[in-house]
Amino acid sequence: MTTLEEVQTRVHVPLVQPRLPQQAPLVVGGIAAAFGALLLVLGLGIVGAVILGAVAYLVALPVWSLVIEGRRGATDRLMTGLIWTSFAIAVVPLVSLIWRVIAKGAGRIDGTFLSYSFFKTQIDQPVGVYHAIIGTLLVTLGAAVISVPVGVMAAIYLIEYGKGNKLAKAITFLVDVMTGIPSIVAGLFAFALFTLIFGPAYVSGVGGSVALSLLMIPIVVRATEEMLMLVPDDLREASYALGTPKWKTIVRIVLPTALGGILTGITLATSRVIGETAPLLLIAGATDRTNMNVFDGAMTTLPVLIYGQNLRGDAPAEAIAWGAAFILIVIVMVLNLAARIVGKIFAPRTK
Amino acid sequence: MTSRVQKEAVMAKSIDVSDVNIYYGDFLAVEGVNMTIRAGAVTAFIGPSGCGKSTFLRSLNRMHEVIPGARVEGKIVVDGQDLYEQDVDPVAVRRQVGMVFQRPNPFPTMSIYDNVLAGLKLNAGKMKRSAADEVVEKSLRGANLWTEVKDRLNKPGMGLSGGQQQRLCIARAIAVEPQILLMDEPCSALDPISTSAIEDLIHELKDEFTIVIVTHNMQQAARVSDDTGFFNLKATGEPGHLVEFNPTKKMFANPDDPSTEAYISGRFG
Repeated sequence: MTTLEEVQTRVHVPLVQPRLPQQAPLVVGGIAAAFGALLLVLGLGIVGAVILGAVAYLVALPVWSLVIEGRRGATDRLMTGLIWTSFAIAVVPLVSLIWRVIAKGAGRIDGTFLSYSFFKTQIDQPVGVYHAIIGTLLVTLGAAVISVPVGVMAAIYLIEYGKGNKLAKAITFLVDVMTGIPSIVAGLFAFALFTLIFGPAYVSGVGGSVALSLLMIPIVVRATEEMLMLVPDDLREASYALGTPKWKTIVRIVLPTALGGILTGITLATSRVIGETAPLLLIAGATDRTNMNVFDGAMTTLPVLIYGQNLRGDAPAEAIAWGAAFILIVIVMVLNLAARIVGKIFAPRTK
Repeated sequence: MTSRVQKEAVMAKSIDVSDVNIYYGDFLAVEGVNMTIRAGAVTAFIGPSGCGKSTFLRSLNRMHEVIPGARVEGKIVVDGQDLYEQDVDPVAVRRQVGMVFQRPNPFPTMSIYDNVLAGLKLNAGKMKRSAADEVVEKSLRGANLWTEVKDRLNKPGMGLSGGQQQRLCIARAIAVEPQILLMDEPCSALDPISTSAIEDLIHELKDEFTIVIVTHNMQQAARVSDDTGFFNLKATGEPGHLVEFNPTKKMFANPDDPSTEAYISGRFG
């Protein structure tokens, strides 16, 4: 008897529910856009018009949906709208920045700009940013050479050897703190270090590399840690069971398995520090000449050059700054692309 | 001269286990195990899940201590040498006591060919191409995988099916020619045809290796093993222990302990 009653009292859930037409978001979006355009015509600023248009969309569609589809549908519409809005807020500045840099900087790029330095031997000689490109590449390469071994080995210690012990916990904490070091403090550290060793007024590219590596090491440690944690313990055990010592298991099994991800992490860390200005102003200085020796003399990098040109403020200097910014962005993009390709190449394959 | 003597001495070894307690940190997982695993025979461990048979198996090649905090008390003597003596190198132990795991775990960065050779390459360094080819073919034939993969030896091991991957792992384990081969439910991921191939393989291998196999499949234990050990928990939360260790024939026909009979006949409780 009870079963019959239960069946009768069970709520009937219809499988078909009223839905908004499929083009509903498009229609509401169009109306909201028209509303925004109207506000623009009425004299509101572009920013205000876009914001009010977005708000109109975020209110209208959920309300319509609430009437037709009910609560769950309305919540879904609202959250979808909010997430798209957040996405737009995140992407708009990026796109606008890249657009500005391309529009203003790409025109300045030519053979001379890429192959001449600021150092003039004749009064009418054209100038370029060759010295800063070389400076950026050498200083950043130096930073990578210092940070990659230190960072990767620290991560290996943390994951493979120190798992959960006090020292590892302390190191993890310090790495987290290091992630938050302001870059100018890293520059001061390098400045103080090299002043202590070589005396006052010492500037060099390698000093800049040391400062940058301070910023880069925590990122490399974190990225490598994540990748090493993804390597299944099954593989380590399989290797141990073949009578392989732990260090060889790490070098021959664990690291190759995680290599793609580690390389990606290293490249991302490199592109993170390649744009640093403040620490390099302190320790690497600035020069008009092309300096190939990282151990001696000032070295200009692209960010420092952009900063300097911007300070001067006249039209040719500003054009040079935009051109240099364009080159910097291209270098970072190439690095990221390279990271993706390298990551793909070294990812474990199944075919 | 020495090497020849050593070569002749390399053969299946027996394992003497006395008063072994196995811990995870403070937790006693397996208590008071005593047994003698015969050389050149197949020994199967059966018992319900969580009774410590896999844990015990892993203590036989010192894989247990890979887990932080895990330790073993008591004596496990192979060829007159206690594996848990102070100055024994666990790496050396594992070279002589190979292991096949429950889940297939080929190395994802290596080809089928390199997976089979992994143990030799990682430990012995370079070897001649012809010798390597020979080892690969012999091991893959041994694991009943040769005909399936002989045309794609340079493809990644991860591209094989689950059953093929497990046979690849067996090939990898026997390629280093250990004296003892431990198998932790090696067939639980395999189809019946592969399972029967592995069981045939176990019969062939027992002339050369001492084989210890953990299995949930009672028929498999009956088919492949010469001796069987039955592990059980005294009660929930209590450590696992060895209830009975006897020749398989006696175990399945006329076990000493009533709980063994209950487990084997399916009336467990």
